[in-house]
Amino acid sequence: MKSGKFWAWVVFAIGTAYFFIPLLATFEFSMRMRRGVHSFDAYQIVLGDPRFQATFMYSVIAAIFTIILGVLIVVPAAYWIRLRLPQIRPIVEFITLLPLVIPAIVIVFGYIRMYGSNSPLPFLSSDLGASALLVIGYATLALPYMYRAVDTGLRTIDVRTLTEAAQILGAGWTTIITRVILPNVLIAVLSGAFLTFAIVIGEFTMASLLNRPAFGPYLQNIGANRAYEPAALAIIAFAITWGCMSLIQILSRFAPKSANRPN
Amino acid sequence: MAEPFLSIQHVRKSYGTNTVVQDFSLDVEPGEFVSFLGPSGCGKTTVLRMVAGFEEPSAGKIVVGGKDITRLKPNQRNVGMVFQAYALFPNLTVAQNIAFGLKVAGMPKADSDRRVAEMLDIIKLPQMADRYPYQLSGGQQQRIALARAIAPKPKLLLLDEPLSALDAKVRVSLREEIRSIQKKLDITTIFVTHDQEEALSISDRIAVMYGGKAEQVGTPFEIYNRPATKFVANFVGTLNVLEGTVTDAGAGRVRVNSQEVALKGKLNGSKSGDTLSLALRPEAISLARQPGHDTSLSGEIAEVHFLGSVIRVRVGIGGNTVSLDTFNNSTTPPPVVGDKADISFSSGDMLVLH
Repeated sequence: MKSGKFWAWVVFAIGTAYFFIPLLATFEFSMRMRRGVHSFDAYQIVLGDPRFQATFMYSVIAAIFTIILGVLIVVPAAYWIRLRLPQIRPIVEFITLLPLVIPAIVIVFGYIRMYGSNSPLPFLSSDLGASALLVIGYATLALPYMYRAVDTGLRTIDVRTLTEAAQILGAGWTTIITRVILPNVLIAVLSGAFLTFAIVIGEFTMASLLNRPAFGPYLQNIGANRAYEPAALAIIAFAITWGCMSLIQILSRFAPKSANRPN
Repeated sequence: MAEPFLSIQHVRKSYGTNTVVQDFSLDVEPGEFVSFLGPSGCGKTTVLRMVAGFEEPSAGKIVVGGKDITRLKPNQRNVGMVFQAYALFPNLTVAQNIAFGLKVAGMPKADSDRRVAEMLDIIKLPQMADRYPYQLSGGQQQRIALARAIAPKPKLLLLDEPLSALDAKVRVSLREEIRSIQKKLDITTIFVTHDQEEALSISDRIAVMYGGKAEQVGTPFEIYNRPATKFVANFVGTLNVLEGTVTDAGAGRVRVNSQEVALKGKLNGSKSGDTLSLALRPEAISLARQPGHDTSLSGEIAEVHFLGSVIRVRVGIGGNTVSLDTFNNSTTPPPVVGDKADISFSSGDMLVLH
């Protein structure tokens, strides 16, 4: 074996150990609830907890609405920027990066001030309004990932020529977006969607400050008061995230093929 | 003259201060195949895109079948178009691509399926219905694009350099196929190309464009044999240009490197002492004197290139060099560089360039 390859494997092994050892330790710890033996008691308690089910379902529904909102905003915007306004792309890219720079706590305090019960748009005066505001906030947090995923997808197709080909065949904008553009960037949209899902499931700050019964605050609450259950929850959260990533990989195999991407 | 089917009237297109098409007018007869020929940046594609509706003219009018379509959107024009980059929808099969326009128009599925099968027969790819674009060669993809464009029975077919991305052999066969389908369907067609051979071989008429204007509009025969401007003469075909000085304007005599040539009244108002550019196609020139040729010039063989069926010879005549082709004959040795040679031609074939 060449020495370059040997050191590459060494670095890979160190990286893998750095990532997996804490995970294995957490997993091992989560199984120590019953004294003297390894068991899945912590998992049984967590999965059987009605608050786990309620908060998890709440976050799943919030994630679905966030994904729908994100797709409705990002796909037409990214498409139109590529088609007609390429000169403003750097500005839009900068704007979409802002949620990574501005902490969620700043955004949520802004929301509370702007949409409180005395505001002309009193989102926070009802549960439904507060949940809607949470979804809007999540869509903002997921914007950097969703925009980049969709924009990368659009880069792989000749947006302008495909649009013109559809137009000259009599198609209007709705047909062009739903039957030509969206199917060709579907995998990119799904990637953005699963990243959004992963962000929403674990998000704490916004849900907590808007007082929503989401999974993030439940995780924090369990973590503060129990010993073995938080470890089990951490492993479950990892499994959900990895499940999402695997789904992206699986679905990408069913992507529409093109001359640029035949396999 | 019959009413033109497509009438492009004094169309102009500017982007800010940059005018890319200036006062372009052209009438196209029903069923006619007209090519826009010119170098890159001459405005040919911009005119085509204005006819398609992708660009709005800064001035002028476009009329199709007696109806002003200048301000109509592309999806309201009933025009078919084939793009250089094929532009097939990657997520749809061949049949679905061809049926796209029919579905958008609301055609019932049974009728649409029948029309798709008919189109696949026309382009001779009936077995490809279920393939995806990435499974086809460039030539096959472009044929599918053609079928997709003509399936909804458009009033007008626009071809934007459809052969540019294909290899030489496929280009020749596909251009003949395009022409035969166009004739069969009798569809008025505009074909944009920068390849003169393509334009000359398949067009009813050619509009040679330069600097945003039509330099000349005519049949391939007229464009090649009677170019109206120096640009057309130089752009279409190979041309030998000889610089000469008028010695006797009345008798039409011009001196080319101390040798006299009689042009028989083709001097276009030039006076004695004026300098003229005279042009000759290579095929009008023979090495050595030929019957029917009334003019000859003496020179020296400068270069000989063997090209298989023909031999290209360049003859130096003073400061000018003339190219001509002779057929390869296995029993006759090719000319030798440095040998003295006479070239002959008919003075009637000589063009005076403006």
